[in-house]
Amino acid sequence: MKTFKHGGVHPEENKLSAGAAIEILPVPEHVSIPVSQSLGAPSKVVVEKGASVKTGQLLAKGSAFISSNVHSSVSGKITRIDEVTDTSGYRRPAVIIEVIGDEWEEGIDRSPEIVSDIRLSREEIIQKLNEMGIVGLGGATFPSHVKLMIPEGKKAEYLLINGVECEPYLTSDHRLMLERGREMMIGVTILMKGLNVGKAWIGIERNKPDAIAHLENLCKEFPGIQVVPLKVKYPQGGEKQLIKAVTGREVPSGKLPVEVGCVVNNVGTALAVYEAVQKNKPLIERVVTVTGKSLKKPNNLLVRIGTPVNKLIEFAGGLPEDTGKVINGGPMMGKALSSLEVPVTKGTSGIVVMTQKESRRTSVINCIRCARCISVCPMGLEPVLLAQLSENQLFEEAEKEKILDCMECGSCHYTCPAGRPLLDYLRLGKNKVGVIIRNRGTK
Amino acid sequence: MSLLTVSGSPHIHGHQSVKSIMYGVVVAMIPAIFVSVYFFGLDAARVIFISIAACLFFEWIIQKYLLKGPLTINDGSALVTGVLLAFNVPSNLPAWMIIVGALVSIGIAKMSFGGLGKNPFNPALIGRVFLLISFPVQMTSWPLPKALFDSSVTDAITGPTTLGILKEGLNAGKSVQELITSPGFPGYLNDLVGAQGGSLGEISAIALLLGAVYMFFRKIITWHIPVGYIGSAVIFSGILWMVDPSKYIDPAMHLMAGGMILGVFFMATDMVSTPMSPKGQIVFGIGAGLLTIIIRVWGAYPEGVSFAILIMNAFTPLINKGFKPRRFGEVLSKK
Repeated sequence: MKTFKHGGVHPEENKLSAGAAIEILPVPEHVSIPVSQSLGAPSKVVVEKGASVKTGQLLAKGSAFISSNVHSSVSGKITRIDEVTDTSGYRRPAVIIEVIGDEWEEGIDRSPEIVSDIRLSREEIIQKLNEMGIVGLGGATFPSHVKLMIPEGKKAEYLLINGVECEPYLTSDHRLMLERGREMMIGVTILMKGLNVGKAWIGIERNKPDAIAHLENLCKEFPGIQVVPLKVKYPQGGEKQLIKAVTGREVPSGKLPVEVGCVVNNVGTALAVYEAVQKNKPLIERVVTVTGKSLKKPNNLLVRIGTPVNKLIEFAGGLPEDTGKVINGGPMMGKALSSLEVPVTKGTSGIVVMTQKESRRTSVINCIRCARCISVCPMGLEPVLLAQLSENQLFEEAEKEKILDCMECGSCHYTCPAGRPLLDYLRLGKNKVGVIIRNRGTK
Repeated sequence: MSLLTVSGSPHIHGHQSVKSIMYGVVVAMIPAIFVSVYFFGLDAARVIFISIAACLFFEWIIQKYLLKGPLTINDGSALVTGVLLAFNVPSNLPAWMIIVGALVSIGIAKMSFGGLGKNPFNPALIGRVFLLISFPVQMTSWPLPKALFDSSVTDAITGPTTLGILKEGLNAGKSVQELITSPGFPGYLNDLVGAQGGSLGEISAIALLLGAVYMFFRKIITWHIPVGYIGSAVIFSGILWMVDPSKYIDPAMHLMAGGMILGVFFMATDMVSTPMSPKGQIVFGIGAGLLTIIIRVWGAYPEGVSFAILIMNAFTPLINKGFKPRRFGEVLSKK
C-alpha cells in the first residue's frame, strides 16, 4: 500500500457525514463576498454600491499575476462595500449583496447535461480559468490558472489529483467524487490538456473504498488517468506528501512541486475547472461539510460563496447548546472562528462544531523529550527544538533548522503527550523568520 | 450562545499523555515485580514498597517546599523511578539505604535539575550507582533466590551473581567452561526465568521481555535503542568469544545474566535522558552496548550496564546535535 514514508499520525477519522448526499443550501437573504479569496494580491472591486448584479457577474478583478477574479454568487442589489470579519478573524473588504430572486448571467450553462468534448486550446483553458476565478479548493486557494503556467526551464510530467481528504471529519471531496465523478474526470482531462501532460494520478485514501471503485470504473473511459489507493495517514493531503506517496519523488526544501515534474490539484478544483471550461460557470459555489459530534444532522452542502456560516449550521439542525468552538476547515489545520456571521469563501472545505469539552486544550507540563514530535513530523524537522528556539527568540537558529519547511500540519502538537503547544511556537517562529528574510532583502 | 473559543490548530489531541506513558511503564514492570517477590519473598515487596514511598515523598516535599510548584507526584514518573531503583538493589538492603538511594535519585538526579524532563541522567541509575559506590558490601551481597515459601532454604544465604561468579573465576585464572559447569552456577535456563542471584528486577529475562513487548505494543518505546544496544553487545561479545571461548563469555550469557535486559528495555529507553532522533537513538544504543561489554570484560565491576547507560546519557546532548533527523527534501536541495 502506497503512502509517504516519514512521519504522520492517525487521528480518529470521525467521518460522520460520509453517507450524507450533497444537498443544496437555499440561497440566503444576504451574502458578504470577500474581495480577496485567494492567495496573492487582493483583487480590485469593479462594481459600485447600489448597483444590481446577476449571479455570476464579476465583482472584483485580479490585480496581479498571483490574484484572482471574484464573482457574485447571487442576484440582487449591492447594499454596501465594507469591511467584514472573514475566516482569519481580521476585517477585510467585502461586497455585501441583498438577495433578490436568483437571476443568472447569460452564457452560463445551468443544464444538468454533461459536456464531454473539450473544445478550448491550452491557452484558452488558462484564460478561462483566470476569467472564472478558479482557485485551489483544497484550502490554500492558489489561483489555478497560475498553476498551469509552468515556469520557463521546468516541465510538468504528471498531474496529481488530491482526493486524499486526510483531515478528520471532512467528507466534501469524498461525496463529490461519488456524486460528480464523471464531471470531475472531465475536469482532470482539461487540466491535463492545460498542462500538456499525458498522465494523471488520483490519490485516494483507503477509507473511501466506494470512491476508489467508482473512479476506477470511470478511468476506463478516460485515457491517462489512474486511481492510486493510499494507506490512511495524516497529512497525506499535503502536496509534498502526496507527491512522495504517489510518485516516490521528493520536492526539495523550499521548492515547488514542478521542480520534480508534478502539479497537484484538488478534486473539488477539478470539478470547478470542468464547470468553468465546459459550462462557462464562475466559481460561485462549493461543497462544504458541516459536521460535529453534537450536530443533529451532519451533512454536505452545496453553498453559495458569501453565505454566513450560521446558515449552514442552522440547516444542519442548529448550533448545539454546549458548543465551544466552530472550526473553518478540518480539526487539524482549520481555523477557529470568532463569529458565525463569517462568510463561506472559496477555501472553506468544512465547518466543524466542537463541544465545550472537545474545545479545551490539555494542560501543559514539562517536555519529557520523548521525541514523538520528531517521529511524527512529515518534514523531518525537530518541532521540540524549533519551539524552544522560538520561545527563546533565537530565530536565526530556527531558520537554519529549516523552520520554514513546516507546513503547520499540527502532527507535533496533536501527538505531544505533555500537551505542549508546539505549533503555536512554530508559527511565531515562522513569522519572525519571514520578517528577518524580508528585511535582508531590503538591505 | 456563549463565546466561542478561538485557538490555533490543531483542535484535536492524541490519546497519549505523560501519565499514560509513565503508568504504562509501571504496568510493564509488573511481571518482573511478581518474579522478584516469587524468588526473594516478602523482602522484595518490602524493598519495592519503601523505594516507591520514599521516591514519592521526596518528590512531593521538594516540589512543595523547595520548587514551590504544582503537585507532580501523580504524573507517574516518581513511581517509575521508585520501582526501577528497587529493581536495581539486592532484596536484603537495609531500609535506610533504600531511602538514601531514593533521596539521591529524586532529590539530586531529578529535582535539582528542575524535575520531570530536565534531568540529564537516569535518576534510578544515579541512585543505584551512588549506593553501589557508598555501600559496596551491602550492594553486592545478593540473597540467593528460592521459590516462594520454600522452607528448606533459610533467608540468610547470600551468594554472588552469575556475572560475579564468572568475573571472580576468570580473575583467578579459571576458564569459562570450568566455571559454567561448576556446581551452583545458575545456567541459561535459570537466568531466563530468574532463579539467579542478583538485584530484584534483573533476574528474570522472560518477565522483563514480557514487559518490553507490552511497551512496544503500547508504543511507549521504539526499537531503535534496544536493537542498537543488544546488537552491538552481541556482536562485540561474540567477536571476543570467538577469539577465545575459554576467556570470554558467550553473547547469550551476556544477554541473560545481570542487568542487560532490564537496562536495555527499561533504563536505556528512558526518554528524558536519551537522544531524540531515531539515528541518535541507534548511536546511543550501540555506544551503551559496547561500553557494557568493555566494563564487564575489562572493568573492575562484574556488571557494566548502569555505568554504560550513564556515560551515554552524558553524550546525549552531543548526539542530539550530531544526528539530526533527515529533513524532507534535504538531499535533493543540495544538488
